[in-house]
Amino acid sequence: MSATQTPRQAMPEQEPAVRARNFEEVPLGYTPEMAMAEAGRCLQCKKPACVQGCPVNIDIPGFIKHIAEGELDKAIGKIWERNLLPAICGRVCPQESQCEGNCLLGRKGEPVAIGNLERFAADWEREHHACVLPSSDDATGKKVAVIGSGPSSLTVASDLVLKGHGVTLFEAFHKPGGVLVYGIPEFRLPKDIVAAEVACLESQGVKLESDVVVGRTVTVDELFEQGFDAVYLGVGAGLPKFMKIPGENLVGVLSANEYLTRANLMKAYLFPEVDTPIPRGRRVAVLGGGNVAMDSARTAMRMGAEAVSLIYRRSRDEMPARKAEIHHAEEEGLHFELLTNPVRYVGDDQGRLRAIECVRMELGEVDASGRRRPVAVPGSEFTVECDLAIVAIGSGANPLLPGSTPDLPLNKWGYVIADSNTGKTGKKGVWSGGDIVTGAATVILAMGAGRKAADSIHEYLTWGW
Amino acid sequence: MFTIVAREEMAAGTVILNEILAPSIAAKARPGQFLILKANEKGERIPLTMAETDPEKGTVTVIYMVVGKSTELFKRLKVGEAYQDVIGPLGQPTHIEPGKNVICVGGGTGVAVLHPIARGMKQAGCNVTSIIGARNKDLIILEDKMRLASHELHVCTDDGSYGHAGFVTEVLKEKLKDGGVDQVVAIGPVPMMKFVSQMTREFGVPTMVSLNPIMIDGTGMCGGCRVTVGGEIKFGCVDGPEFDGHQVDFDELMLRLKAYAAEERCSHERCTCEERGAQ
Repeated sequence: MSATQTPRQAMPEQEPAVRARNFEEVPLGYTPEMAMAEAGRCLQCKKPACVQGCPVNIDIPGFIKHIAEGELDKAIGKIWERNLLPAICGRVCPQESQCEGNCLLGRKGEPVAIGNLERFAADWEREHHACVLPSSDDATGKKVAVIGSGPSSLTVASDLVLKGHGVTLFEAFHKPGGVLVYGIPEFRLPKDIVAAEVACLESQGVKLESDVVVGRTVTVDELFEQGFDAVYLGVGAGLPKFMKIPGENLVGVLSANEYLTRANLMKAYLFPEVDTPIPRGRRVAVLGGGNVAMDSARTAMRMGAEAVSLIYRRSRDEMPARKAEIHHAEEEGLHFELLTNPVRYVGDDQGRLRAIECVRMELGEVDASGRRRPVAVPGSEFTVECDLAIVAIGSGANPLLPGSTPDLPLNKWGYVIADSNTGKTGKKGVWSGGDIVTGAATVILAMGAGRKAADSIHEYLTWGW
Repeated sequence: MFTIVAREEMAAGTVILNEILAPSIAAKARPGQFLILKANEKGERIPLTMAETDPEKGTVTVIYMVVGKSTELFKRLKVGEAYQDVIGPLGQPTHIEPGKNVICVGGGTGVAVLHPIARGMKQAGCNVTSIIGARNKDLIILEDKMRLASHELHVCTDDGSYGHAGFVTEVLKEKLKDGGVDQVVAIGPVPMMKFVSQMTREFGVPTMVSLNPIMIDGTGMCGGCRVTVGGEIKFGCVDGPEFDGHQVDFDELMLRLKAYAAEERCSHERCTCEERGAQ
């Protein structure tokens, strides 16, 4: 039987009815037998298109070959050559539009499950500790301050420490990981795994300073005065957007950032075992159609909501969330109110949310984003009853750090201007990448930006401008 | 970890002072700014405005009333023990204009936040009259320090057990009637700040208040602390905590502060039960 005829190995998952009420990871991972069977499907292309689709260019056929031949302990080493965060990437990358989207097998059938295999290799290593990390180059004596500890910063830190530079990560929160710990829920990315991957960086010599708000506790210029030779800004796009409609400050209306931070970083789903509370809605409305909306809605389900509705102003085809996430959310019982836009929140005399007044939309002309613009249908107003609304309509640039760095050039939306090939900003010695440059995007794109910036920083530290 | 180097029980043991070793914060902090503190691994993040900073010793001081589980945990920390996390300085510092006639009004533990502002204003050449109050004599804090930081000090108690019998607003009204007041600063419980702001509006005197909304991160990334000021949404943690009292929607702030009342009760009761069980 040829490779194209072997079916793609499905990843075993928790049953929807069970998992919708717990915070444990939904996919359960491959067994070694499944991984080897799936790896056997890879055609080992001479010019692998999958590698081009990966923003950090992992040698995909290389690591898959090790798995196919049962050399499970060697697979991770191949991945580590290009990526020190495989357990995370294997879980949260949108592989369908990256590596797997380019896989030759996908033209006629199902692409190789590259993400599942990357995840398998990383998880297998974590359980068996069979492989040693690549060794760092000789110490250069140069010091780099990396601001933020999300995906782009972790990539910069891992790349530069391997090249022999001293790296310190500065994190405003009490735990490292950025969106990996406060944003993405436990059931998609267990926090133990993030902690393990950060610990792996620390064992390589990366220093971590939590509880430091750069811009407040210390400024970028002060970091240079303290002897850092270069600074990387990977602070993300953490400013929640609100709709600016009446009633937005009612009790029970939360930004997705707040809701997810309470649930994930503060583990409020365990309240009162932990001290941070979280509102438990009976009927929950989530506003938006992206991955953050899906994460919020699925979290609300797990918090025991009777009904969760997702209110989105366009149709299902325009939803920015990954198809797999939409599918998972639907299996878990989420209800969609598509082509619907909130007009105002309705509260009671205690200032608590009771309902959202909405209007039906229809799709009109194609707008600047290339999508058909939703237009309100006059007279179609109706009410969605709810006691918790989670606003997941996107986020913008947090002005806190740029505001304390006056000579850092920004664009009109407040994002840092950085060269797309090198990550260089308009301020000498300062690089930037990830969501603070591009606006909210994906984990792997942020990591790709981090990789380019790390190369450029290394060049600067070696040769100067 | 952030070690406690000095601790004091004030006001009948319900108001606690913690001086905490945090050199990088102490070096940067200015009056009016706040900290986020977390006691331990399972703890929540709580905002407290700084009462004092000492850059030479590398310490910051917070003064808080024990009102729930987290402040109960803070209270139990002894000298030599540590907060797991202290983050700051956060928020905008107080804007001080030299040479003004200012009335500083403080209620309860708000006096702790008011003190460095009154002192800063006096140092900047302002003429400072302070009015501080509490429910009863035992709950009055920092009277001596406030006397030093002011040209004139009035103390009020609701029950008349000390100083003027009645609310701070009664003394304030007399002062406003006398005229010549350029600015009022009011820091304390939300109803007190609301009444002060209503009163000063009648007299056309600009009024600054320091708000205490619920916060999580304290860096502007969640909007949990949002308040309506002049009809617009502001984030207490980055735009504040100080705002123009005449523009603030205090009623909304009071409702939002009650959002987790049931959970807070549950958490505090479990905590005090555990303590009793342990004894």
